[in-house]
Amino acid sequence: MAAGLRLEKTHKHPTLRLAGETLVLDLCGGLWLPEHRTLIVSDLHLEKGSSYAVRSGQFLPPYDTRETLACLHEAVVRHDPARVVALGDSFHDARGPERMEPGDRAMVAALQEGRDWVWIAGNHDAAVTEGIGGRYADALTLGGLLLRHEPSPGEAPGEIAGHLHPCGKVAMRGRAVRRRCFVTDGSRLVMPAFGAYAGGLNVRDKAIEGLFPTGFTAHLLGDGRVFAIGRAQLARD
Amino acid sequence: MAPTGAGKTLAGFLPSLVALAERGPQKLKPTGLHTLYVSPLKALAVDIARNLDAPIAEMDLPVRVETRTGDTPAHKRTRQISRPPDILLTTPEQLALLIAHREATDFFSGLRCVVLDELHALVTSKRGDLLSLAMARLHRLSPGLVAIGLSATVREPDELRKYLVPQRVASAHLSPPPCGEELEVGVVQEAPERLILMDPHPCPSPQGGGENAPPMADLVTVAGGAKADLRMLDLGRALPISGHTAWHSMPAIYELIKEHRTTLVFVNTRLQAEYTFQELWRLNEDALPIAIHHGSLDAQQRRRVEAAMAAGQLRAIVCTATLDLGIDWGDVDLVVNVGAPKGASRIMQRIGRANHRMDEPSKAYLVPGNRFEMLECQAALDAVEEAAQDTPDARLGALDVLAQHVLGMACADAFDPLDLYDEIVSAAPYAGLTWESFEQVVDYVATGGYALRAYERFAKILRGPDGLWRVRDARTAQAYRMNVGTIVEAARVKVRLGRTLRGKPGTVLPKTGRVLGEIEDEFAETLTVGDTFLFAGETLRFEGLAEDECLVTRAPPDTDPAIPSYAGSKFPLSTFLAARVRALIADPFEWDRLPEQIGAYLLQQRRRSVLPGERDLLVETFPRGKRYYLTAFPFEGRLAHQTLGMLLTRRLERDGLRPLGFAANDYGIAIWMTRDIAERAALDPDFIGDLFAVDMLGDDLEAWLDESAMMKRTFRQCAVIAGLIERHHPGLKKSGRAVTISTDLIYDVLRKHQPDHLLLRAARQDAATGLLDVRRLGMMLERIQGRIIHRSLDRVSPLSVSVMLEIGRERVYGEGADEILAEAEAELLQEALS
Repeated sequence: MAAGLRLEKTHKHPTLRLAGETLVLDLCGGLWLPEHRTLIVSDLHLEKGSSYAVRSGQFLPPYDTRETLACLHEAVVRHDPARVVALGDSFHDARGPERMEPGDRAMVAALQEGRDWVWIAGNHDAAVTEGIGGRYADALTLGGLLLRHEPSPGEAPGEIAGHLHPCGKVAMRGRAVRRRCFVTDGSRLVMPAFGAYAGGLNVRDKAIEGLFPTGFTAHLLGDGRVFAIGRAQLARD
Repeated sequence: MAPTGAGKTLAGFLPSLVALAERGPQKLKPTGLHTLYVSPLKALAVDIARNLDAPIAEMDLPVRVETRTGDTPAHKRTRQISRPPDILLTTPEQLALLIAHREATDFFSGLRCVVLDELHALVTSKRGDLLSLAMARLHRLSPGLVAIGLSATVREPDELRKYLVPQRVASAHLSPPPCGEELEVGVVQEAPERLILMDPHPCPSPQGGGENAPPMADLVTVAGGAKADLRMLDLGRALPISGHTAWHSMPAIYELIKEHRTTLVFVNTRLQAEYTFQELWRLNEDALPIAIHHGSLDAQQRRRVEAAMAAGQLRAIVCTATLDLGIDWGDVDLVVNVGAPKGASRIMQRIGRANHRMDEPSKAYLVPGNRFEMLECQAALDAVEEAAQDTPDARLGALDVLAQHVLGMACADAFDPLDLYDEIVSAAPYAGLTWESFEQVVDYVATGGYALRAYERFAKILRGPDGLWRVRDARTAQAYRMNVGTIVEAARVKVRLGRTLRGKPGTVLPKTGRVLGEIEDEFAETLTVGDTFLFAGETLRFEGLAEDECLVTRAPPDTDPAIPSYAGSKFPLSTFLAARVRALIADPFEWDRLPEQIGAYLLQQRRRSVLPGERDLLVETFPRGKRYYLTAFPFEGRLAHQTLGMLLTRRLERDGLRPLGFAANDYGIAIWMTRDIAERAALDPDFIGDLFAVDMLGDDLEAWLDESAMMKRTFRQCAVIAGLIERHHPGLKKSGRAVTISTDLIYDVLRKHQPDHLLLRAARQDAATGLLDVRRLGMMLERIQGRIIHRSLDRVSPLSVSVMLEIGRERVYGEGADEILAEAEAELLQEALS
């Protein structure tokens, strides 16, 4: 019983080794690199809600940005990182920063205070290159790791990418649970989307499976901890 | 003479026909729309048009009758606006579109009469809310309008009478015609044994009530009709304790079909319809033409069956609630209801589908599927004998529907908010709407109703300097038209039967297979390859989803379906019938009237445990295998029991009893756990009473609602109706998940940041009576306080067996997401270790 409890504790934010580096899979969907004191979050899709008002006249609750930032704030408080890397698609579209509420803008500034803040360019927000603090980059190297938005085709040892919004689905006994997840084969890793309104792509989709020809493990974000689920237990949509 | 059923139809239209005939030829100058007929079913509107055409042609009347439904071609719609027919037959959704039309004022200015058919069925849903708002607008566009509702007999006819006439009459716009004017109208409806006729003059009722009495339409009750010849099918042998298929009665039903001209066999679920149909055909040595009709069947197939029925070519038709309403079915001389009756009014309406001739009795059999259903059938027989009704209470108008309507009104014309408010509260379901709520709805329509004013510059409706609200642009109006209506269909996928290639296990050939029907997306979602489940009367093996089809193969013979079927009955047992079943159980003197085996069963229960009194709640606890069980019998219907199960599970969890899951049916629930609950109850005499304390509906309920999948589904429906998200149009290909934004995500964000938002209020209002039936649960908890009888048993009692048998048959709701994930993780670990 005691062993069981200890197991649960160690797995709340499990630790992996990748390209010689230590990665902590945070339950919030961020990646903590203790040796670099760096927090990585991917696909924030800030101002996704308001983009619908512009595009199609649908008024989704305009609170996704503050919800996403609140989660990010919690992770920052937990780890006190020296560096935060937003791994691309930080804004849902290039006009996103303009639409941001002053309060949310102030929240970003407060998070950036005293930290190296790196916006990696994504496909949604490549045009955002100023006006929101921090520095801009296409990719970043940290020790043996390469941080970029879109996963490269073929083998990519040490690569950490986002873009695909992986989700894993477990179905048994008439119930299905679908959660965001990290996907890794021990050589490369794809991060879950962090944004409150970001959708998900099933890990059994070709776009994700294709990156891991020898199989993978998905680390699903549960309610109380992160769960390591094998490919065999993951259902298609 | 007119064919069966046409009497009623003609009666409904007679005043209009007389008025139109007296008007004389109108060839030179058409006077516009005179009479509007609204039916809940498109097919019914079409059917009525056909029935009207014949007498009009025979009498050579100068009257033009047309239908307007979703199928009406665009050019005809345009022409109908410029040259309206005299009588237009349509549906609530089409009416909503018409009143939102730019030409609505002209189009309806000459309207004299509105006929609302099957009103009893309409008013219980959001469609009824939508229709009530349209009626409020019609009363305003055409003061003096006569509204006629056609209804089956209902418990509270006054609710329908209020529905037809403006409530809280606002002086400026509505000048009700003086009372005592000659009766302009008359009409109709087939009720099981009576007709109700309503006329709309909003006169204070003569019996008093005084100034403050709500305006009501006149009520015309058409009495008469022979008493129904209704009985329970008694096979004279023991029925199973559980199960709903009534397999044991199939040969008897087949014999009944043989003895009668045309039989309608009603069942409660699609699955049951499939099963019954197959069983009857298995017995059908005489190759009688027996057909099937339910909502999962292809629409064309259904039309063919309806046509064959009307033409008198069928001997029997197995059907679900899809045939509860309407269409006149040739010469039905027998109705058989298989399974639980669920409600007294419901069963009476079904019986009424047989034999439309008033002077002959409708003949019907109730066929129970198990012992509890036998009790329910007896309760229903008693209720029918007394003509006691249990139709639902009048609804409170839904806010999401109101939001849709307000946008529609802006599309029709600029509106003054005070005028529109007066108009809306004249609709009975919205009579209690406060000005504040109305303002919130307008704000929601304009910019989403958020405390954070993010969408001011995108506003859908704008208030001009003249104080009037106008729709922003043509695109917004178009979006409104695409979204109109209150029916949010669950997305479905086809089930296609494939076969496995011999020698190549795992390969499935889909193209050779036929389509068995459709299942809800939500059910398909939970399946994983290799799962077996029951569908279309067979045990099927799930092979995967391909191009929006659910691919299955036949499971090997004698495979037990692993996944409980999705086919629960949609209709919970009515409160009224539940009370009668409780009374039957409580009173041994009543048992004589029951089949002998039921008496013996109840006697056994009394020996082994206890039989609860009429108002009591029996709770039993007992060990079984390695687990401890709690069963309770509130008799409040499956939906309320599921909610109860969720809440009790939370409490037991908190009390450290480690509940593992629960199962519910219409009569009771069973919860199982790993700790000995009887021991705890022995230590703490208040334990069981506290477990069922009313405060369950406080924080626990709130906390559960926040994460409940059913609450999310309810929210989604509100969001679609209110136009927050675009309607998924059937036929359009599903877009990828990454593209469509999930309403679950929206729900989570909204409830955190603005918990009092209009749509969350709308969803909670729905939850009170809808999928969660919280209101009924609340009434039950009030009823049983201080009346809980707990029996700690050493083994399962006869009563508990009935609900224990639901375990494995129904989905278990108790498990949290993390338990499922942990189990899947353990499998990975095991792989790694082996």
